[in-house]
Amino acid sequence: MKFNREMFLKNDFRIVVSTFVGISFLFIIVAMILGLDFNGTVNTIQRIMFLSAVYAMVVLALNLQWGYAGIFNIGVAGFMLSGVYTMAIITGDPNGLIPGLGLPLPIGIIGGVLMASLLGLLISIPTLKLKADYLAIVTIGFAEIIRYTANALTFKTFSIAGVEMGTGAGRGIHLPMNPIRGLYYTDPSNLGLGKTVFGEYVFGFFEIVQVQSSVVVSWTYAIVLIFVVGLFYLVIYRIGNSPFGRVLKAIREDEVVANALGKNTDIYKMKVFAIGCGLMGLAGILWQGSYGYTNPTTFQPILTFYIFIALIIGGSGSNTGSIMGGVVFASLLFEGPNFVRRVIMHVFKFDKAPNSIIEAVIPISSLDLGPFVAYSLANISSLRVVFLGLVLIYIIQNRPEGLLGDRKELAASIDISRRPVIETKERKDA
Amino acid sequence: MCVHSIGMIKYYNILRDKVQKDRGTTLVVLGISILLLDLVFQVIIGKTESQIVATYLWDGLVIGLAIGLAGVGLSLTYSILKFANFAHGDMITAGGFSGWVAVFAVMGVGRFDMKNLLLVGAGKPINVTELGISVSTTPVAVLFGLIVAIIGTVLLTLAIDRFVFRPMRHHNDGIALLIARIGVSLALRYGLAFVFKTQNRGLTAASLTASYSVPVGTGSVQIDLGEITLVLVAIALMVGVHVFLQYSTLGKAMRAMADNRDLALITGIPTEKVVRATWIIGGALTGAAGFLITLERGTISFQFGWILLLLIFAAVIIGGIGSVYGAIAGGVVIGFTSTISLIWIPADLANVAVFSVMVLVLLYKPEGLFKGVTTA
Repeated sequence: MKFNREMFLKNDFRIVVSTFVGISFLFIIVAMILGLDFNGTVNTIQRIMFLSAVYAMVVLALNLQWGYAGIFNIGVAGFMLSGVYTMAIITGDPNGLIPGLGLPLPIGIIGGVLMASLLGLLISIPTLKLKADYLAIVTIGFAEIIRYTANALTFKTFSIAGVEMGTGAGRGIHLPMNPIRGLYYTDPSNLGLGKTVFGEYVFGFFEIVQVQSSVVVSWTYAIVLIFVVGLFYLVIYRIGNSPFGRVLKAIREDEVVANALGKNTDIYKMKVFAIGCGLMGLAGILWQGSYGYTNPTTFQPILTFYIFIALIIGGSGSNTGSIMGGVVFASLLFEGPNFVRRVIMHVFKFDKAPNSIIEAVIPISSLDLGPFVAYSLANISSLRVVFLGLVLIYIIQNRPEGLLGDRKELAASIDISRRPVIETKERKDA
Repeated sequence: MCVHSIGMIKYYNILRDKVQKDRGTTLVVLGISILLLDLVFQVIIGKTESQIVATYLWDGLVIGLAIGLAGVGLSLTYSILKFANFAHGDMITAGGFSGWVAVFAVMGVGRFDMKNLLLVGAGKPINVTELGISVSTTPVAVLFGLIVAIIGTVLLTLAIDRFVFRPMRHHNDGIALLIARIGVSLALRYGLAFVFKTQNRGLTAASLTASYSVPVGTGSVQIDLGEITLVLVAIALMVGVHVFLQYSTLGKAMRAMADNRDLALITGIPTEKVVRATWIIGGALTGAAGFLITLERGTISFQFGWILLLLIFAAVIIGGIGSVYGAIAGGVVIGFTSTISLIWIPADLANVAVFSVMVLVLLYKPEGLFKGVTTA
């Protein structure tokens, strides 16, 4: 049994790595067609890797809630927002335009995760007994309450017990400097002051291959995030295979039975809400933290749907599938259309896109597809979401188990259904 | 004397039992009573003027009936098809757009570029004052738009049911249906954005719409004909739905199916036909709601239905999901909450108040306020 599990893990690792390599290769080709230089190519792949890692993290956290315990939480964006904003308020400059508490970054991150976790716990209590669709509506409503609150002018600045702080309302809030910069520069807030010894060395090396220092810094951050994805995977894998995780799967399969067997399912669901939402908050912090600024518009409900689409593509219930779904969604479905537009625009030189769809459709009657393609490319951001919706409908109708969903984590500790096959194999091996 | 006091004790006991059995409701009633007392007190001491309260009440009623009307369609499909339709908000938007395409084409023919009229001014903005649409001056065109909106939405609903939901009818997995609906919602909303572009645009000539001022206290309340139309048509449609569900054979079949699908099937009710009828009626109400709401507001954008959707869900949940009258009552509760709450809290937190009311209702009365009177 142990042997099999190791094989299983190794195999999964191979699938994820080959997906990463394959997608990188694809984007290298795209960059070559676009005629980007080496720096541009490296930067493009960094962007894809970064976004893939972010989605993989959130999807893993969601998988713990939906894939393991069957909790249909569609307030993901709200929990991410609360993590990011709490971190921003804790670390903000007390004398800034939007005052904060001025505490160090690690405290901010811990505070953000705890706040997201606490809010998750809070919303779980009234929703424990609700049916899935009610739960969906309440969680999305709760996420909207959080977003409207962050957007409200009332809380632009406020004070608790005489300490001034604020959310910055619709204009957003500044986030602390990315600590990765400290690795390369002596003063992260003023790059002109010089580099550290490590920075001199690494930048010097990459200058030879003409990669800019800013790209090196973002690459470092992307690599850190990929490591964090590994940590997320490990944590959720361990949770899933613990006795705690087995109860979660039992709840997913049949909550009444789990209850009848003496498990207090309410406590388990509350814990899963707290852990999952905390991880979502952390993922939000690591995502927005690299931009140095965030605003409530980033956390609209559609963000939650993106994460759900990624999980459904990968296959809800499978951790490796979650990572795969995150990678495939972020690179091919989310960033992909933009690159398709750029490639087509680059290869075929279109005239200016028509102003309206009717002007774009009329030439089709004379077999001139050009204006329609140009119009579609100009409005690719709308068309992309239409495509996402259709993909979602297609998957749910034809392959609801997702890419790797056939490997759904088993509810029992031993795979009873496949046992005879394994035994004969082992006998052969012996 | 003695008999009297026994009677008192009896009443007291009944009251006490009721309070203990239904503590949640009691708390809610208590909370609302305190707020109402404070409101009356504020008006008496002159902190809040009575005309402001009257304006809030009228606006709340208009918003509430709009949400209620939109909610009836949602509630109807929910009770028969047993799952929350996340694409409902975008159906409302689609209804609004289809109606306005017709009104723009009829009103602007010959004077404006037809291609642009058919896209409600997506190509280049249309001067709506010059176009001159309003309930007061061009009621026939507006009525035509309402009819087109209803027909357009019904056709769209049937098409979506045919291609998305019918292949999934055998699925008993509610979550799969919910996800499919989210997919429909995304595709529909951004499909509309692809065709009609993303900008918010004006529809009616505000200066032409008749407006009446009703004196209240020291000031007055402004009521315009768009709002009156919405209120009257909403009430008429709701009464229509009530009569239909209570007295027609199809309505009875729908109620039977909502009650117990299997029983309805073995009694000989053609369930697939009833499902289609439900979509038609639900779609018609949705289209009408989309057109009337945009008529009252005078503007439209590709997201307006989606933004309304959560409020509609809140209304339907507060009223008791699946109940048609609950949807209306819930809508009115939402409408009043979103306006009257402004007496105590700033305007940008009105939605927070509304969603909080929804969470509170779920906390204390998850079956909704009007569970006892469900007929659909």
